Amino acid sequence: MTERSYEKYFRQNRLPHLWCPGCGNGIAMKAIVQAIENKGWTQDNTVIVSGIGCSSRASGYMDFDTLHTAHGRAIPFATGIKLSKPNLNVVVITGDGDCTAIGGNHFIHGCRRNINLNVILFNNDIYGMTGGQASPMTPLGKKATTAPYGSIDRPFDACNLAQAAGATFVARSTAFHVQHLVKMIQESFDNTGFSFVEALVQCPTAYGRKNRMAEPAKMLQWMKDNAVMKNVWDKLPEEKKIGEKFPIGLFYNSESETYDVAYKKVIQAAGGIAK
Amino acid sequence: MKSEFTLKLDRCKGCGICVNFCPKKVLALDTLGKVYVAHPEDCIACGQCELRCPDYAIFVDKIKEATSQGTENKG
Repeated sequence: MTERSYEKYFRQNRLPHLWCPGCGNGIAMKAIVQAIENKGWTQDNTVIVSGIGCSSRASGYMDFDTLHTAHGRAIPFATGIKLSKPNLNVVVITGDGDCTAIGGNHFIHGCRRNINLNVILFNNDIYGMTGGQASPMTPLGKKATTAPYGSIDRPFDACNLAQAAGATFVARSTAFHVQHLVKMIQESFDNTGFSFVEALVQCPTAYGRKNRMAEPAKMLQWMKDNAVMKNVWDKLPEEKKIGEKFPIGLFYNSESETYDVAYKKVIQAAGGIAK
Repeated sequence: MKSEFTLKLDRCKGCGICVNFCPKKVLALDTLGKVYVAHPEDCIACGQCELRCPDYAIFVDKIKEATSQGTENKG
């Protein structure tokens, strides 16, 4: 067979990865390296930064300069990299708990300051690694070990949150829509500014088993059945936006001065030597 | 057969995603829960299995029939 070109971006001696059978993180990780390859970034000018959680294991499998940081703190670490070496392409891999709970403030302030990062959130709707507790993105009524009667906590819509907080690129896709996911990530790389992509991934072990979707394929089928492309979603009458339907696609794309540029100006104004 | 399969079985965890999304029901899981090509003749090389394999364990390549025929036709 022809060896797949994306394989060179994986640390071969670390594969197979330790994610559960059927876990969607593998699909999303491959989508990221394909987007990096399509974009023409190299292993030398790209840094992968991750926090803690199932999603954040990804940095260990990716053959770039990688940083596996503290829980919720991937964005602060990435900010440091971007400010000291603005020429590097910095990709942050985070999870729903890591990004919207433990690192919630770092996330919104990263958006607010428009730091030129590419944040990819692997949303599996649950805390998988620690035993299936409900996360701030567990949908209403869905079961978790800490919500045996179904979650009553209203979930975050991370895309709306990012946009409201000031991110310049916001998109969502799923592990089922692989090519679309690659496209969204690639477009997020094209945007200069804080780019955010939410990738829905299936967690059959912690989330699926609790919610009658133990089969990984069933969870992907659920994504297929419920994800609605943004242009179709916008034309959909309110009474049809029911059940578990959700929009995917590009939600917001704009340009604004990034933090590293603004910071460089401060350095110059203060008489320092800007990089 | 129009396609060539490469299975990296040390990576396969038997999640069944490829089996479920194969439109021609070409694939199946064996007794040990690993994927195998049950009906290779039915494969249309659509690549759905490879696309969604979370473990990068299955690869499908189209066999370039034109190449072999091309060689024959040269003379």
